[in-house]
Amino acid sequence: MTSIEHHLEEHSGRSNGLDSTGMDEKHTPWNHIIGFSISLVLTVLALWMVLHHIIHAAVLFGAIMALAILQAFVQLYFFMHITEHHVPQWPFHVWMLTLGVTFTILFVVASIWIMSFGAESY
Amino acid sequence: MLHNAENFASHFFVLGNPMIYGADVSILLVIFGIVFVLTYYKKWGWLWREWLTTVDHKKIGIMYLIAALLMLFRGGVDAILMRTQLIMPNMSFLKAQHYNEIFTTHGTIMILFMAMPFIFAMMNIVVPLQIGARDVAFPYLNAISFWLFFFAAMLLNISFVIGGSPDAGWTSYPPLAGITFDKGPGENFYLLALQITGIGSMATGINFFVTIMKMRAPGMTLMRMPLFTWSVLAASIIIIFAFPVLTVALTLLLLDRLAGAHFFTIFDGGNPMMYVNLFWMWGHPEVYIVVLPAFGIFSEVVATFSRKRTFGYASMVASMIAIAVISFFTWVHHFFTMGAGPGVNSFFAVATMIIAIPTGVKVFNWLFTMYQGRIKMHLPMLWAIAFIPNFAIGGATGVMLSVAPADYQYHNSYFLIAHFHQVLIGGTVFGMLAGMYYWWPKMFGIILNERLGRWAFWFFNIGFYVCFLPQYWLGWMGMTRRMYTYSTGMGWSLWNFISTIGAYMMGIGFVFIVIEVGYSILYGERDLTGDPWDGRTLEWSLPSPAPHYNFARIPEIAGRDAWWTIKEARRKGDPVVESKPFKPIHMPNDSGRPFVLSVLFFVFGFSMVFTWYPLAFVAFLGILISLILRSFEYHTDHTLSVEEIRHTEEAYGRV
Amino acid sequence: MAMADFLVKAPSAGRGPIEYTHEDDALRIFGFWVFIATDMVLFASLFATYAVLYRHVGHGPGPLQIFDVTGFATETFILLTSSFTCGLSTYSMHRGQKGWMMAWMVVTILLGISFISFELSEFITDVAQGATLQTSAFLSAFFTLVGTHGAHVSLGIVWMTLILIQLAIRDLTPTTARKAFVVSLYWHFLDIVWIFIFTIVYLLGEMS
Ligand code: HEM
Ligand SMILES: [Cu+2]
Repeated sequence: MTSIEHHLEEHSGRSNGLDSTGMDEKHTPWNHIIGFSISLVLTVLALWMVLHHIIHAAVLFGAIMALAILQAFVQLYFFMHITEHHVPQWPFHVWMLTLGVTFTILFVVASIWIMSFGAESY
Repeated sequence: MLHNAENFASHFFVLGNPMIYGADVSILLVIFGIVFVLTYYKKWGWLWREWLTTVDHKKIGIMYLIAALLMLFRGGVDAILMRTQLIMPNMSFLKAQHYNEIFTTHGTIMILFMAMPFIFAMMNIVVPLQIGARDVAFPYLNAISFWLFFFAAMLLNISFVIGGSPDAGWTSYPPLAGITFDKGPGENFYLLALQITGIGSMATGINFFVTIMKMRAPGMTLMRMPLFTWSVLAASIIIIFAFPVLTVALTLLLLDRLAGAHFFTIFDGGNPMMYVNLFWMWGHPEVYIVVLPAFGIFSEVVATFSRKRTFGYASMVASMIAIAVISFFTWVHHFFTMGAGPGVNSFFAVATMIIAIPTGVKVFNWLFTMYQGRIKMHLPMLWAIAFIPNFAIGGATGVMLSVAPADYQYHNSYFLIAHFHQVLIGGTVFGMLAGMYYWWPKMFGIILNERLGRWAFWFFNIGFYVCFLPQYWLGWMGMTRRMYTYSTGMGWSLWNFISTIGAYMMGIGFVFIVIEVGYSILYGERDLTGDPWDGRTLEWSLPSPAPHYNFARIPEIAGRDAWWTIKEARRKGDPVVESKPFKPIHMPNDSGRPFVLSVLFFVFGFSMVFTWYPLAFVAFLGILISLILRSFEYHTDHTLSVEEIRHTEEAYGRV
Repeated sequence: MAMADFLVKAPSAGRGPIEYTHEDDALRIFGFWVFIATDMVLFASLFATYAVLYRHVGHGPGPLQIFDVTGFATETFILLTSSFTCGLSTYSMHRGQKGWMMAWMVVTILLGISFISFELSEFITDVAQGATLQTSAFLSAFFTLVGTHGAHVSLGIVWMTLILIQLAIRDLTPTTARKAFVVSLYWHFLDIVWIFIFTIVYLLGEMS
């Protein structure tokens, strides 16, 4: 178990049957608070960057996309517990999501490319 | 008042065409016939209890099979009508509009209401049996999938007599399919029927993915799975990622037509080519959805009838997964001529050529499996062997089409028509027929008659080449698809004549299959062993037809070809006896709600077609309510007692 | 239900969180993850359409004319918070605190409703200004993408309410826990989709 997983196990209280009996005395859901704070920071940052046009548009767009992707991982990790090990054969849903993300990127990027009608070659 | 009613009726019902009056009459006769028989023999209760409410994967599979065969008939009649119109130049058997409608319904029905349910039939009947499971992961959802498909098929077919058929091709490209050029309700029928069946297909994809991933018998690792199950897994993955795109494409076009949106219009910024792009993002993966399970069936059939294990199992698996993924990277080859630029066309041309490689690998593996095998030529094997040259030609012409510059010549010509029929018939239809012959004993306990089957096979197979090889030439000579007639001086007359003769031969082949089924039900050989072909996979360890819980005890799997291994051990004198005690079995309850839910979907679709929004709203509420009722349902299963199981097993003579 | 007594692969049955107690429920959770993958591709297609068409404003207004920063920023923060409270509900569920769990669900639902209200009022303002679905390809794509997300959220509100009722009637059991967990996955997923709507539709619109 990596240290961060260990940390989560300790604080999220989602790890074993004991929790459901309410015997765990630690009451602060740090895990969720951290996730929420990060997502707030990322959102505000993106908004601020755009409203103040801090850099050239293309770079700016790359930057806010990066922030969005980061934030998606925050949700998946802190709220959706995607790395949870209780799922039988757990990695398969991660594979499916990975494939889904691959095709998502493919469909969006390729559609833009295709529908630009060869603008790149003129 | 009366005048209004008359006016309404003349738009609502398709009038003025003797062929359609004939259809009206025959539809009514069939309905009365069915109602009469069911009432006379007091079978309504039986129909409801045993079929309409069932969640048993085997029965659902059988219903899919029956529906697929009926739709093959409907699509086949369309094909025969078209070929009759084209048998000679300047024919006036069908008018232009009528021809448009017929090629549209033919293509739509063949792909979405024949090929799809046919593969779902095979998946449903076989997969749980092959992996040692008692049902699919979500049996209730499975029933919903079937009934959604069924009522969507009804919705599309009803357009023939009510409102008018769609007529913009099975691809339904705007702007032709947009409201400006196509006012009638036909296109709405197309859009809503496909939408409804698409939801069902998506659910089936998820269902079988979860089933195969999670419900295999102990010991059956992924690399011990039968190849048919692997092919279904690959197809499910494609369904999961491709069908949502179709849903979106159809919704957007529907919004254009009904709500005045501007996605694909020519004015106000719309771009019709975006529809083409979306359609084929689904459309190309779709062709692999319908052909991969056929590949899986050939693998099973070839191994069984060559009495050898499959050559190159791992490369079979790898090539299927490769095909599943690469199939998402080739869609532009359907519209190279749109002019998306050299970069785009080159990329997708190369991706298309690459996908031919794993397919080639599979063909060699089948050949090597047969090599030095003790081949038994039963019907399934006959279809499997006939598939190979067929698919080789289809694959070769496919690679020709993938050469983007050359495609400017072939595109939308009869060359294309010949190519895709070669792979769709030679691949999917041959595969499904092979599967039907192969598993028929498992479904019904009857072996289909070999002699009649051979007649059907030869008529269909020779007819196929006679019908479609000339179309390659016709394509080269410049005959384009969707052409309702042609004039004398083109030099096309002879080839068209031959082609139509071939179509008739295939029609005769189909009739032989119908006769064969009827004959075999009455006089056919019964399968008492459960293993008529000396099979290799688990479904053959069960009696035919299998008991509703499939496995009295869940088998432990020790290797590939699980049933063959057990039989080998027995042949060597090591009687592998089942001594574990029976345990009670949990089974899902039957439910009438999937049927009711799908009827509501039908009502919703039908009222949307005619933009009767209040009724659509009511149906929508009904759909929501039935979903809510399900959410509150907690007693969804029951337990079979040990006595019950023992009793059933004794009846099969298996204790 | 499902015949799952032979699903030997489920590790540590009974030791995982409550929603994984029965293999059958684990199966459904897995199935729901796969559904999320399909829904992701559904949104991908809508995003692709928007990306291709968003410059096609025809004679209608462009993004800058109709997007209101305070409006969409408020929507974003409401939805982010609802994702957080939804997570707290799952957290309480895992500690067996049904009261807190339900309370956080109520908060989530209320936030969801206010999100939808803001979105509706945004749409109504647009339409009042003459920016409708019928105006241009850009607006068709905009309303359809954002509206599909809104429809998902509305469905989520109804769904969560149903589960709240079931929790009240049936108590916190493995089955109700599984249902609550699945709807929470759905809710978080919709939050992710919104992050991309926020970025690709609204922020990009502000940049144009
Ligand atoms: C029974 C043998 C069949 C015959 C004789 C036949 C014949 C035809 C004909 C004459 C056309 C119209 C060509 C045109 O005018 O453009 C056509 C189109 C088509 N067929 Fe078939 N067909 C058969 C089976 C199938 C099967 C099994 C499938 C699919 C699984 C299929 C899929 C299609 C499709 C997708 C189209 C294109 C429709 C369109 O242009 O929108 N056909 N077929
Ligand atoms: Cu293709």
